[in-house]
Amino acid sequence: MADLGVPNLADRLAAATPETIAKPIRGLSDRALAWLFIAPSIVLLLAINIFPLIWTIYLSFTNYRANRPNAPIKGVGIDNYVSILTDADVWQPMQATAHFVLWTILIETVLGFGLAFLIDRKFRGHGLWTTIILIPMMLSPAVVGNFWKFIYQPQTGLFNYLIGMLTGQSASSFEMIGSVRLAPWSIIIVDVWMWTPYVVLICLAGLRSIPDYIYEAAEVDRASKWRQFWTITLPMALPFIMLAVLFRGIENFKMFDMVNLLTSGGPGSTTEVASITLKREAFESWRTGYSSAFAIILFVTVFGLANIYVKALNQVKSR
Amino acid sequence: MTTAAHSVVEPSPRSKAIAGTLVILYAVISMIPLVWIGMTALKTPSDAIAYPPKIIFTPSMAGFCDLFTTQSRQTEDYIKTLPPPTDTCDEITRSRGLVTAGPSNFLPRFFNSFIIAFGSTFLAVALGTLAAYGFSRFKVPMADDLLFFILSTRMMPPIAVAIPIYLMYRELGLSDTHLGMILLYTAVNVSLAVWLMKGFIDEIPREYEEAAMIDGYTRLQAFRKVVLPQAATGIAATAIFCLIFAWNEYAFAVLLTSGSAQTAPPFIPIIIGEGGQDWPAVAAGTTLFLIPIVVFTVLLRKHLLRGITFGAVRK
Repeated sequence: MADLGVPNLADRLAAATPETIAKPIRGLSDRALAWLFIAPSIVLLLAINIFPLIWTIYLSFTNYRANRPNAPIKGVGIDNYVSILTDADVWQPMQATAHFVLWTILIETVLGFGLAFLIDRKFRGHGLWTTIILIPMMLSPAVVGNFWKFIYQPQTGLFNYLIGMLTGQSASSFEMIGSVRLAPWSIIIVDVWMWTPYVVLICLAGLRSIPDYIYEAAEVDRASKWRQFWTITLPMALPFIMLAVLFRGIENFKMFDMVNLLTSGGPGSTTEVASITLKREAFESWRTGYSSAFAIILFVTVFGLANIYVKALNQVKSR
Repeated sequence: MTTAAHSVVEPSPRSKAIAGTLVILYAVISMIPLVWIGMTALKTPSDAIAYPPKIIFTPSMAGFCDLFTTQSRQTEDYIKTLPPPTDTCDEITRSRGLVTAGPSNFLPRFFNSFIIAFGSTFLAVALGTLAAYGFSRFKVPMADDLLFFILSTRMMPPIAVAIPIYLMYRELGLSDTHLGMILLYTAVNVSLAVWLMKGFIDEIPREYEEAAMIDGYTRLQAFRKVVLPQAATGIAATAIFCLIFAWNEYAFAVLLTSGSAQTAPPFIPIIIGEGGQDWPAVAAGTTLFLIPIVVFTVLLRKHLLRGITFGAVRK
């Protein structure tokens, strides 16, 4: 694992070259060496991330359709952007995304911080149970999300059965994926199940970073446990909680795999989050130019919101 | 995690007991879906959709048989004319009035997942380690901007870049090829690899290499013989994170692959049997797909925090 071959190759190259050429290679300035180390990664990112992004920007100003590669590409100026931003239908995916992002973040943060706080009581066996709690977040959202479709089956699914047993209702009296009212919650439940562990982990790191002597001092001052929580624990863990919110926010704004398999945006378009709309426009309607503009709008939104948020985070950190 | 037992800050036994009960309750509830996947994998198709859901059932290999083979329905008379079944799967299949027609696509898809995940992980870790060393040890102009640029490539919704990548791959003949998927996943993972490895390499004292270089090693030799062995644990942890991402990835896989390079995540959800989705087969595929990750998660638990936060938070 340690020997990755690549430096080995560079080494052999240096050793194999004739003395006159070898000298300048061995004697490469640190600056040249630095670029030699960094360049491959940057080149790859430019080719597979930045170049496509620039291409997307270009396409967003055209009427290009990927299913008609031979049709002439016509520039349409900012028409795509105008038609997206003035189209009332676009607010539907934006609202669905906002509903999904806000509720998952709220529930995951409260539940995740609560669990981290409890784990930090260091009861016997907390290490083992923490590891078990963390498992869902490492699994494939697509493959597991797909299986939740089975768990949510209205007649025979385990979810309806257990809820029916707990509430005394009939298991077939409600449908999670099929009903307009409950479908948005069906994707929230799966996301909370998968990603609360993530918040637990970050909050746990935050709680463990609080030095014991602060609590000891508070005890000496006879501060109540309740007061200690509000004046020490929460403020000192806050930067970590905010970091968890940032990471979850970015991820869920891009949410595609789990929702695509669980509800595919339905019923109607009640769970059609932005990425699902994007996929439908780009790969089913083949409106490449239009969907490129939509992608840019989404990217700018995430980037802008994330930047504002990071500024707020830094302010909290520096306090 | 070493906490000295200060009596003042140590929670009372009662609060420990309450905390323990609640955490264990959550852990048990959150495991139900996973246990259910494992149980469904061992049910017959009719047991899987029984009402009320069957907690106790006779285990059957039907799900795994359906996962690995394709079947066709035949008349009973025809089945009677066949030579006796050669293996358990044949027997189970025939008892349901079906005949094994041939192997399914599951193994090739699983194999694709392996090649693409391991190939891209190797490349991403190799490139990431080099770049991380560069950022950690040399004065790189605009280092912070470059590092932020590397991080920001992860903020893009995959579907947003999927459109031009789809077009680019179509032009270059990389659609639905292993190489295309390996390059793509490498590009996505290299950002994680750079950030994680930079954290690990930053922790290795510079004095080690400097001492080696005074002893006559070149910079590259010092990197290979001093830094790499020191960073081995970090490299292993980074590799597993990259592996898990590539293993789990779905959005690019479903849009850019359809046949020869298709990985398991887009394949498992579309396993269908007679009259709709064959849930025991889906569950069997899901179980086989998840087992390596559960094992890795347990192995990784000490590094988990670093890996999922790009090294932004350390324990």
